Order: sequence, then structure tokens, then C-alpha cells
Amino acid sequence: MSKELSHNKVRRYGMVIDLDKCTGCGACMVACMAENNVPFKEDESNKRDSITWMKVYKLTNGKPFPNTEICYLPRPCQHCEGHDGHSPCVSVCPATATDYNSETGIVSQIYTRCFGCRYCMAACPYHARYFNWWDPVWPDGMEKYLSPNVSPRMRGVVEKCSFCFHRYQLAKDKAYYEGRSEVREDEYQTACTQACPAGAITFGDLNNPLHAVHQMVKPDLKHAGRPKSPNAFRLLERLGTNPKVYYLSDREWVRRAGDNYMADTKNHLEPKEH
Amino acid sequence: MKVDRRKFLSFVVGGAAGTALSPLPWKLVDDSSIWSQNWPWTPVPEDGEVSYEPTTCSLCPGGCGIIVRKIKDRVVKIEGIKGHPVNDGGICILGLAGLQLLYGPTRVKTPLKREGARGSGKWRKISWADAISEVAGQLNSLRSSDKADTIGCIGGSDRGVTPNLLKRLTSACGSNNFFRTPSMQDSYETALQLMHGKKAMAGFDFENADFILSFGSGILDGWGSPVRMFKANSNWKTNKTPVIQIEPRLSNTAAKADQWLPVNPGTEADLAFSLINIIIEKGLYDSNFVNNYSLGFADLKQLVKDKYKPAKIAQATGLKSSDIEKLALKFADARRPLAICGSGQGHTPGSLKTFVAVHALNALTGRVNSKGGVWAVEEPDYIKWPEVQKDKPAVKGLAQARIDGAKSKYPLSQYLLNQLPDAVNSESKASLQALLIADANPFYTMPDNKAAQEAFNKIPFIVSFSSYMDETATNADLILPNHIYLERFEDIPTATGFAGPFIGLSRPIVKPQFNTQALGDSLISIVRTMGGTVAASFPWADYKTCLVQTLGSKWPALSKKGYWVDSRFMVPGWTEGFKTASQKFNFSNKDLMMVYNSRPIIPEGSDSFPLLLLPYDSIRLANGYIGDPPFVIKTVADTVLKGKKSFVEINPITAKKYKLKQGSTAILSTPKGQAQVKVHLFEGLMPGLIAMPRGLGHTAYDNYLAGKGINFNELIGTQADPVSGQDAAWGIKAKIARA
Repeated sequence: MSKELSHNKVRRYGMVIDLDKCTGCGACMVACMAENNVPFKEDESNKRDSITWMKVYKLTNGKPFPNTEICYLPRPCQHCEGHDGHSPCVSVCPATATDYNSETGIVSQIYTRCFGCRYCMAACPYHARYFNWWDPVWPDGMEKYLSPNVSPRMRGVVEKCSFCFHRYQLAKDKAYYEGRSEVREDEYQTACTQACPAGAITFGDLNNPLHAVHQMVKPDLKHAGRPKSPNAFRLLERLGTNPKVYYLSDREWVRRAGDNYMADTKNHLEPKEH
Repeated sequence: MKVDRRKFLSFVVGGAAGTALSPLPWKLVDDSSIWSQNWPWTPVPEDGEVSYEPTTCSLCPGGCGIIVRKIKDRVVKIEGIKGHPVNDGGICILGLAGLQLLYGPTRVKTPLKREGARGSGKWRKISWADAISEVAGQLNSLRSSDKADTIGCIGGSDRGVTPNLLKRLTSACGSNNFFRTPSMQDSYETALQLMHGKKAMAGFDFENADFILSFGSGILDGWGSPVRMFKANSNWKTNKTPVIQIEPRLSNTAAKADQWLPVNPGTEADLAFSLINIIIEKGLYDSNFVNNYSLGFADLKQLVKDKYKPAKIAQATGLKSSDIEKLALKFADARRPLAICGSGQGHTPGSLKTFVAVHALNALTGRVNSKGGVWAVEEPDYIKWPEVQKDKPAVKGLAQARIDGAKSKYPLSQYLLNQLPDAVNSESKASLQALLIADANPFYTMPDNKAAQEAFNKIPFIVSFSSYMDETATNADLILPNHIYLERFEDIPTATGFAGPFIGLSRPIVKPQFNTQALGDSLISIVRTMGGTVAASFPWADYKTCLVQTLGSKWPALSKKGYWVDSRFMVPGWTEGFKTASQKFNFSNKDLMMVYNSRPIIPEGSDSFPLLLLPYDSIRLANGYIGDPPFVIKTVADTVLKGKKSFVEINPITAKKYKLKQGSTAILSTPKGQAQVKVHLFEGLMPGLIAMPRGLGHTAYDNYLAGKGINFNELIGTQADPVSGQDAAWGIKAKIARA
């Protein structure tokens, strides 16, 4: 549906992650797995086939002892808008299994449409997409905790973070039922935001000046949502993916690690994945 | 046409080759995989009415309020309760994965009796009645043969109704040998006993402190009540409260601190005393507190002046003496500084000297029993049961001293589980004949693991009350599985480090999934079957009755709100806060001087071990009674665990010396054992050290956890603190070579 035809206000749900507060505890990863029926295997130490919609990376500044620094960087799907919804993955999907929702700004993944070509995985610069190489197996009895709000995926499809879209649907239903057209900020929060014990994740509508996310990063809508706040940055800004996940850090090396194409490459540091 | 053998074979081979070259097989494989993709082996979760039920998490002593989302009678998600005094909506990684424990394959589903050899995994299902009468019979026969004192019990805690029922059972039988799983609580309690003169727990008013000095405490690695610590840390960031972390490894806590001071390991107490010395010398202490509310200041002053000169301490700690001085000034200048200790997650008691030194540092600046400081918090005293009734065997048994030396050889300590292996192994006939273990997994968690296992194997009768098939349950003779925390009522008094009396209530939010029974009910059934004075000491019909009666007037609030906070509680203060003979704070006395002058703990091992092996704690690796559920082990980095191999951290400089590279396989040896490990080069570790995570190397639980990595406890020994007798080993000498 094009923007002009939509009766609804355009929302751009996004996330701001304060890397100075993030402690790398991993609660967001498990909150996400528990909320979204993410499967697990006996050995998950091969991280290339370990499905983690939300993944916490560990970055170091590469300096020797005792000047070493560590920063953790949680990476959900960045829900790129690109130009007018042409996010990298949406553009290449031959099955329209992934789509940009112009009402919410959320990039969807429709498992029953996906036939597993994995073009989207190749296109995603953030490695946010995962392929189900196997059918999920829950140990006997453990399927009891599966949530009916999210379909368990079958072998052969790609999956990724949905910004807990089912929570948006539930919140919207509740609002309609109560005769409201707007979903309140606190009514729709992702599982990781809710769980984060450090309060490092903030979620809301980037278009809404009353929402905390908008106030924290001040997205410049004339320049594809680039943050106006000095300590805010987006991953690989230069690619023009126009992501809706923003990061905050006081530390320059961290900001640089998040976007190693930043203008000043004099003190260029390679981010190391741990 | 005549079909001969040659023609036939050409036909078959040609046909096969032709089919293989045609798209047919590929098309069939493709079709069948697409077709079978939609077979119903991918579960479709049943929908239904949604409800939310609040309870308290008891996976650690943190006491977080959790709310459980249910679909009909299925529990589908655990979340934190907003507005809860401990965790205010937050939740930790382990708490989130609780449902994998509830529905997981590690549950013990019914009472089990061992069939084969211990640890062989051969079990026979038995009824609850048989299990109870077996335990009662064994305990009674020990009692009737005058061996009541050879009955021992290990509990995860000694607070709350269930742990006290277990403790009561021990004394009603006629034994003093109840043990509590050791932790930093032991050392904090002893320090408070010596300096405040009362039995209390350390409560920290983190929310009101404006300068945090942590002597190796893993504030962000699972120390104290983890979620509360994460929240406090974020508040410190917002309020620009400086956090200074002292430890030789760049832990997550050090990484997030405003300043990381890597000191040589084992010198934390020296540094604290040196800070005291500087603060006294510069006259920056709180003279009102020192002059009017304390005793023994002069002795402490003399001691630090003589023994903790900055130059000497600079050398010992590896810091510059100017840095030590700056640190002392910053600490004294802050309005409400707070120093804490208990290394890593605080799962080992550590050296008592460090605790008293850090506490003296707080006191010196007036930070005890005051806003933003450390308080002596008495536990809520709702357990007011009458004395146990004693018959002859009980009287005789209770006259015997504890086998671990607590309250006798080590008068300051109440429980010394670390001394148990020696006490058992040193005698030809086991001094313990029966051991009951609940909410603890000593087979895995005890350092000098081989000696501990040897001791347990000498004990003829071991009962585990574990809900999970952990190492202890695996090696027991009988398992009487407890309900897990989501299936039972349980009071959880005072979350670790909480500043004030607090009780949380766990309640059954889901029907028991298996043929299990609440530990309290099992204990009451056991004493009932035993009869006599033992039964008479337990006047309650069942556990629920006992719980409700014991909590008395607090029960209605607890069952309604899920927690109880003492609204009348105030900061203990200086006038009435100290219960020493003089009603003042003790900077020194005979016992304290003994602690101050006690010899430092030097790691075990000869010079043939040139390196030092240290443990480290990670919030992603549960290393206590509970092991990592599948989701949590999934988050462990591939530089910590890869396949079945775990990594040790080592500084690149040290690694180069031993010709080790990233990912090399190496043999790590200590005086206690050796293990094959992989090497992870980590700049954030002081050269000369090797760091190893706790929480891996399980042999029990499920296939998601068992057999992965090395258990640190197999490589470290124990070293008794000279005064408290608690385990104070913080590392062990080691060597490493390429495999």
C-alpha cells in the first residue's frame, strides 16, 4: 500500500541502544529466543548456523594491556528503510517473503512464502538473517512453552528479528477494542527492550517527537533519518541502508567501530568479532 | 536379441548413468524435501486464554519478582515485574530461561533408587512412600546405634522455612552437621559480627552512593542480586557516579567501570589497608564517627602505618604509589563513597582479611549504617520455632562437635563445607554415615573436586532432593525430587545485598509437571515416619501449614503482593546500630587483630608452575546449583566454548612465550590436575595469568550442557583462611604447554 493511500499515520518503529549502559549480559538474546520460539541445538558454538535474532557482539579497541577496552554491541535486525522501503533484503527477495511495512516501518518475514534461496542473507550487510538448515527439535515436553503468537519455523526458510511484530498486533487490537486509534508508547515494546536489566534499549516511534527514541537521537528526516545527536550513530551509515536501530556511545572508538567508513580514517581501527 | 551378461550390465550401468545425468533424481530430492517440509513435525503451539501470574524467582538468592505469561495451563514466558523493589521490571538471562528448566529433559520425574554402582546412571523408579520410609529407616538406624552425629545435611541456604526445616531435621536427629553452601555471605557475616557485634547480612545502599570502589566484585558479572546491580550501574552512568574496578582481568564490570585498576591478584586487602593508611595520615576520615562511635581506631592506625606504607604496597599491587594516593583522595573526597568486595559472583567466601579491610575503609569514612553505605541488616525473624525435642541419642549426638571445625577450631564460622572432604577423608571410617543434600550441587561446585568426590564416595548413604539430574543427584543413592520453583510455595528472605529486611514469595503458578514433592513436605513425611521426638519436633500437618503459621502476620501481605518489605525499617545508624559490648563500632579487638595480622593466602604450587590460574565468572555461565539451560549456553561466545572444548584466556605476551596462538590446543596443569584446553588471546588479562571460566565441564544435566569444557573446580585446590577457616584460595599456580 503506498503512503498516499494509507489512512494511517506513518510510524517508523525503531530502537536506540545505549552501548555505554549495555553490559553484554545476553538477557536480550534469551528474551528474544523465549518470546519468538527460536529453536536451539545441542551444539550452538558454530555461530554461523546458530540462530540468534538478537546477537550481542563483543568489540575491543585492540590496545594492549592495560589500555584494553571492551564494548558490547547488541544487533537485532536493523529494519532498514533504504529509499522508500527498498531495504537490501526486500529488494532481492524473489518471493515477496520479506516486505517493508509502510505503516510501521517494520521489515517482515513470511515463512510460508520463503523458499530458502537466501538471497536476502547475502544482501543483508548486518548478518541479521538466519537460515533453518534443520527442522527445529524441542526435547520431549519442552514444546509446552512455545508461544502461539509466533509460528515455529520449518527447515528451509530464513528467519530474523521482527521487532516482536505480534506484540504490535496485540497492542493494536487492544487499542481498537478500547476505542483508541493510537497505540501508546509503553503498550508496544519488544521483548528485548522489556527484559534488558540495564535499561540500555529504548524502543518507540522515531517519527513521534514525544517518543523517547526520537528525543534521544533526533533523526534528521531530510537526510534519511541520520541522527543529529552527536553520540548517536548507525551501523555502516554510508551504505545508505537507512536502518532504524541507532546506537549511542560516548567513546569515539566505539562509534568508529560501528561505522568504519567514518570520515576520519586516520585512527582507523578494525572491529574484531569475539 | 540375446541378452548376455555383458549386455545386461551395460544396460544397467547405462541406465543408472543416464538417470543420474537426467534432472530426475535432483527433481525428486527437491520435491520430496519441499513436500516433507510441511509435514507436521514442526509443532503448532495451541492457543488459548492468556493469563499473567506473579511470583518470585529463586534460581539465585537475588529474589527478583517475575511475572509468568500462561496460555491455559501452559507457561510460555517469564518476565520481570515492573515496580518490584528488587528488579523493577528487569530480568537476567538465567531467569528468562527458567521454562527450559521447568519443561526440560534434566528434571528428575519421580523418586529414584540407585540400582548399579554410584554414578552409573542405573535407577529404579520407586514410590514416594518407599522413598520416605527408606530415608527414615536409615536415619533411625543410625540414631538407634548412637551414631546420630554422623548424619549430615547440605542446604543451599540457611534462611527461610524450607532450609530451616532441613536444619531442624539435622538437629532433631541429633547432629550439628548442617552445612550451608559457602559464599561471600559467610565472610561478610563474620566481618559484621566482629565489627558491629551482631548477626546480620551486609546490605548495600547502592542507589544513594556516589562513588563505587569495587575490590574485584563482579557488579555486572552476577554479584549480589544481579538485576538490581545492572539497574544500579545504569543509574550510576546517568548520574555520573564514578565506578572503579580493581582486578587483574578486564571483566565486564571492569570494561564498564570509569576506571579499571589491574592489581596483582591477591593484593586487594593490602590495597585497602594502604588506602586506610593514606586517609588516616591525611586526616580525611570521618572524625565524628571515629571519635564518638568507634573503638580500637588507634590500633588500626598503628597497624596500617607500620605495615602498609605506600611504596611497599605499590610494589605488591603493581600500581604506582601516586595512583594509590590519588585513589585514596578520591574515595575520601566523595560525599558518599562505598567500597565492596567478594570476588566475581561472590560464590567463594575468600579471605576474611579483605572483607574486614574493606569494611574498615567504609567505616573510616563514616559509610557504615548510613545513607549510601553498607548496613548490617538483620534477617526478618519470623522463624520462631520452639527448641527441638531431644531423646537420648539426640542429646548424645548434639554433644559432639561439628566435624568441619566450625564453632570449635574456627569459632568465628558457622559452617565450613570446604573442610568436610578433609574431615571425611582423614579417617578410615567415614565420620558421616548419611548425607542429605538439597538446593546444592556440591559434587560439581566444590573446589578440589577430586578430594570432595572421594569424600562423598566414602559416605555410605547419600540422598539428593534435587529437581534436576545434576552431578550430586547422579552420584546419590536415592533421589526425592523437589518441585521446581514454579511449582511450589517458598519464602525467600532478604535478597543478597538488599538494603533492608525483605521477603519474596515463590508460589505454584503451574501444576507439578512430574511425580515430585515439595522439599518441605518430604522432610515432614520423613520425620513423621521416623516418629519419636524427631516427629514431635515438627508439629505441622504439612509444609503449607508450616509456612503459613511461621510467616504469621506477614502471610496475607506476602500472598497478596508477592513480597514483604519492612516498612518500619530505618538505616541502622550509629547510636543504636552497633551491638558490641561498648555499643560502638570495632576497628580492632583481639579477633580483628588476628585477622589483620593473618598470613596472606599464597597460591598453592611449586616453582615448576610459573603461571597463575584464576577463575572468572560470567553472567552467561551459571556456576552454582543450577547449570546453564539450552538458551543460556547458546549465548556463550565461540571464544569461550567451541564444540566440546573450552578456552582459557591468556595475554598475547605470555602466549608468545609459550608458543601459543589463538585457538591453539594446550595442556594446562596445576598441582591439582591437568586438562586439555584451547587458547584465546585476550589483551585484557594481566600477563603471567591464565583465566578460566567457571560453569563449564558439567558431567550431568542434559546433552546441551554435559561434556562441554572443563570444570574449574577440578584444577583448583582449597586453602583455609587462617582465621575463619573458609576457603580463601583465589588462584593456583599453573603451567601451560602446546599439546
